[in-house]
Amino acid sequence: MIEHIELFFKSIFIDNMVFAVFLGMCSYLAVSKKVATAVGLGAAVIFVLAITVPLNWLLDQYLLQPGALQWLGPEFKEYDLSFLSFIMFIATIATMVQLVEIVVEKFSPSLYNSLGIFLPLIAVNCAILGGSLFMQSREIETLGLAVNYGISSGIGWFLAILAIASIREKIRYSNVPGPLRGLGITFIVTGLMGIGFLSFGGMLTGGDEEVKEAPQEVLVEAVELKKEIQNQTKIVN
Amino acid sequence: MGLLSKKDAKLITDPLADNNPITIQVLGICSALAITAELKASLVMGIAVLFVLGIGNVVISLMRNIIPSKIRIIVQLIVVASLVIIVDQVLKAYAYELSKTLSVFVGLIITNCIIMGRFEAFALGNGPWKAFLDGIGNALGYALILLVVGFFRELLGSGTLFGIPVLGDPIEKTGLYSIGYENNGFMLMPPMALIIVGLIIWVQRSRNTTLIED
Repeated sequence: MIEHIELFFKSIFIDNMVFAVFLGMCSYLAVSKKVATAVGLGAAVIFVLAITVPLNWLLDQYLLQPGALQWLGPEFKEYDLSFLSFIMFIATIATMVQLVEIVVEKFSPSLYNSLGIFLPLIAVNCAILGGSLFMQSREIETLGLAVNYGISSGIGWFLAILAIASIREKIRYSNVPGPLRGLGITFIVTGLMGIGFLSFGGMLTGGDEEVKEAPQEVLVEAVELKKEIQNQTKIVN
Repeated sequence: MGLLSKKDAKLITDPLADNNPITIQVLGICSALAITAELKASLVMGIAVLFVLGIGNVVISLMRNIIPSKIRIIVQLIVVASLVIIVDQVLKAYAYELSKTLSVFVGLIITNCIIMGRFEAFALGNGPWKAFLDGIGNALGYALILLVVGFFRELLGSGTLFGIPVLGDPIEKTGLYSIGYENNGFMLMPPMALIIVGLIIWVQRSRNTTLIED
């Protein structure tokens, strides 16, 4: 349970999609002129992330990872299809977005009208593919955690676009220097918000845990390096 | 110019300044900013995008008459994804350390808005040669901004360029450090990339006032 809460908090505030890793910046900048449209896009992103991240998690576990094909039989143990993950992930995302669009249109026309034009846009939103790729590289362990990760990073993105849209609505009445107006000031405000979000970094684990984590990373790197050297020497031999 | 007519040359030079994909068209910011803490990573990212956009634009342009418009997004995504897989595998084979630094951001070239944006706006309506030039031009404009941001962040953040110390040694206090200069570690934090791009936009729009938004 505690790991769920930890992941939830971490994905919303510390590893925020926009402020920490700059994902989904294009639509974040393009669709944040009004709060109402920003809310629509934010909701659509949460929705799609909540579906695609667990789906890609299953794909990664049972198809793409090294040794993932073992359920087919022991002779498939050696297979490593992880180089296909980009194409599989993006295909899943594109089809899911299309599917979600059709389902939503059929069952909830009012929601469809409010999300409307944003749904197809989402297929090419970096936040969605980024969610799946980070899920893969951070090695999320269970399906439950993957669902949690999808929803919470979606909420983080929602929070960011809502905040910037509100600020931009207010900033229109301020006397911004001409060349900075519009895009320039939005960049700088986002940067300042990012600095603000940096302060969440120390909140989750406190100081002690980080000290524990650091040597582990070094250890992992050392092991990887050793493996690499072994491989290289094998090749040389 | 010889090989290039004036109109063709414009396709390459325009995106470098007055129609820059990052500062004017607002495309491709997604995967660009997080990796600009080092000049080397920016350069490699620029080259990767140059490769993907140059070839992708030609491929899409060749197929423009046979792609049904309803499924064109999926077709485009598959083309980009295949090219990105090539880039990723090459990086993993020849520059393993660097591909670790770039981590997921190589994969994110797929959803880089520059690529889809140029496919939609240009390659679907123009011949392969023009599309190729457009791709190269836009990728160069993108790489230019990445390099400028990477230059300032690496110089001010760690006092090096391409990993080579240029301001002296911060530990032994030589060069600039001997008169009390300190590296600004804050420049290595992600938010500073946004602020630097904001400043670039400011400079560019002060010089060319026609670009100012109301």
